[in-house]
Amino acid sequence: MPRKKINIPCKMEYLSILDEKGKLDKNLEPDIPEDFLLKLHRAMLLGRRFDERMLSLQRQGRIGTFAPTTGQEAAQVGSAAVLRPTDWMVPSFRETAAQIWRGAPMEGMILYFGGYNEGGRIEDNSKDLPISVPVSSQILHAVGLGWAINYRKTDEVVMTFFGDGATSEGDFHEGLNFAGVFQAPVIFLCQNNQWAISVPRSKQTRSETLAQKALGYGIPGIQVDGNDILAVYAAAREAVDRARSGGGPTMIECVTYRMTMHTTADDPKRYRTEDEVEGWKKKDPLIRFEKYLMDKKLATKEKFQEIETEVKEEIQGAVDRAEEQMRKFDDPLQMFEHAYAELPPYLKEQRAELAEELKVMHKEKQHG
Amino acid sequence: MAKMTMVQALNLALRQEMEKDDRVVVLGEDVGVDGGVFRITDGLIDQFGDNRSFDTPLAESAIVGMSIGMAIYGLRPVCEIQFSGFSYHNFHQIENHASRYRWRSQGRYHVPMVLRAPYSGGVRALEHHSESRETYYAHTPGIKMVIPSGPRNARSLLISAIRDPDPVIFFEPKALYRAFREEVPEDEETLPIGKSQVVRQGSDLTMISYGAMMRPTLEAASELEKNDGVQAEVIDLLTISPLDDETFVRSVKKTGRAMVIHEAPRSFGPGAEIAARLVEKAFFYLEAPISRVTGFDIIIPLFSRENSYIPNVQRILREAKKILNTA
Repeated sequence: MPRKKINIPCKMEYLSILDEKGKLDKNLEPDIPEDFLLKLHRAMLLGRRFDERMLSLQRQGRIGTFAPTTGQEAAQVGSAAVLRPTDWMVPSFRETAAQIWRGAPMEGMILYFGGYNEGGRIEDNSKDLPISVPVSSQILHAVGLGWAINYRKTDEVVMTFFGDGATSEGDFHEGLNFAGVFQAPVIFLCQNNQWAISVPRSKQTRSETLAQKALGYGIPGIQVDGNDILAVYAAAREAVDRARSGGGPTMIECVTYRMTMHTTADDPKRYRTEDEVEGWKKKDPLIRFEKYLMDKKLATKEKFQEIETEVKEEIQGAVDRAEEQMRKFDDPLQMFEHAYAELPPYLKEQRAELAEELKVMHKEKQHG
Repeated sequence: MAKMTMVQALNLALRQEMEKDDRVVVLGEDVGVDGGVFRITDGLIDQFGDNRSFDTPLAESAIVGMSIGMAIYGLRPVCEIQFSGFSYHNFHQIENHASRYRWRSQGRYHVPMVLRAPYSGGVRALEHHSESRETYYAHTPGIKMVIPSGPRNARSLLISAIRDPDPVIFFEPKALYRAFREEVPEDEETLPIGKSQVVRQGSDLTMISYGAMMRPTLEAASELEKNDGVQAEVIDLLTISPLDDETFVRSVKKTGRAMVIHEAPRSFGPGAEIAARLVEKAFFYLEAPISRVTGFDIIIPLFSRENSYIPNVQRILREAKKILNTA
């Protein structure tokens, strides 16, 4: 019997609207109100400057290790911007710009990376999950939220973030598979920033795009220029609208670049060239978006300068508030908070042990 | 009251909670149409529909990860992992997330889910279907580890587990699924999680056990009374973590002698923790070394030899006599 062809519907698109030189494809330009465009720009700039400030805080030893986002602002802000406050966001650990857009206070992040549990507090009105460090593991929580949304028949959607490295993890594949089977309203937002610490995208998978992996699970996938906020926004808009109207999940691969280190504990010079980094600097998402805004006569260089000043003041305020709080956090017993709804007896004993130890230490200190 | 097997009692617990609370949803491999490979979820799909008791694709990590998301949303998922031996696929979801969301979000989110899984030996099963690894879960801060020992407490504890605001790992001794029947009241009954029970009063020796080992332990206690006039007090832990040490410490202060019986391997097993707590809290009351009758520190053998691995009445009696100085 001859071999038969099985026709599998296969469509993979790449979307770019505002290219690295700032050239706009007018036909594809999304319809975004002018004040919203300026809001997007401000959020990108805030994300960038906050990242730089966090890096300097870390280098001064004022906070611990964190994962910088510089270069990925378009992918984060452009996608999160499509969500409603009632939607859910499930981040990994490199989504600072998206989290700030969603309303997470910067001082909370400084506290968290400053080593205080309190900084991880999620605001009562927030629908965002806290950051998740084990790569790709959070993807499944997004699918569970999506299943629950279908169960409750609401019009919420979920957006979950992860990187190129995460697509090698089992949880990514299980998550896409489950979301496909259950038609969960989940947007899988992959920030392909080319590097998983020292391992390049080419060694992560043999497949040409990451987005095509969605097709294997019966889910639409699209690859976009992740440094083009208009393309990210347009793709996310389409995916969110589809999910909200019962059309199920979508995977979006944002092709972007991690301009700095994996975390502050990493030295990228060990595994990638300066030339490569320089090449990507020309594709900076902020530069082309500022050009776009100026071309549209929505802003001037002076206006950007004003925003710079505002943003820096806002960040300084957050740093001041965080450091003020850090000085007040002198109670190590806080570590026992939120272990369980109710502290079981043996934990009360262990807490009392530490309290006793602290009392003795305090006395010794007072007596020199 | 009806006489029920543990399978029927667990089914009753699920059914009643699902009737009462539409947040309760059952998911897992083969739990829908098939009613679970042990039939714990039998008929739930007919009564509640395939949205309340649903089959998932075959992926333990996703079953648990998804349950975490569902619980954060506000549902009360009860997921079944077909055998505890396959729960290592999902272990990271428990260790990294289910146990931590309350802490990580500083109280904003919590994960009121139950992970049910048949565990331990005695049913002549294949490899990976007979082990006892409750310690892995009991060692993880932020979760609770519950193991019933009979139909009636299985039903009560499962209801409590579903209502618990924190994630509960619920290990069901599969050897007991159909081993015996008990009167299980139709009316709702719960048992507090984190509390053990004195199931036999005595003054000479405290025997601490749980799960499938309760039956040989109680039988050994009767033998000791009959043959040696020894009054053994027997404690059923019911919850492994958070461990209720108050009950067994009080008992050992009275009896002066303690033994722990479990099927799990000895080293770093629940018996090690219980012995340590007794040394910390009842050392000066002890009149003999604390004895542990447990599985050996090896992979449980294939079924033809499993009866020599799993603690039995004779082994318990032999060890009991050693610490009673009557051997």
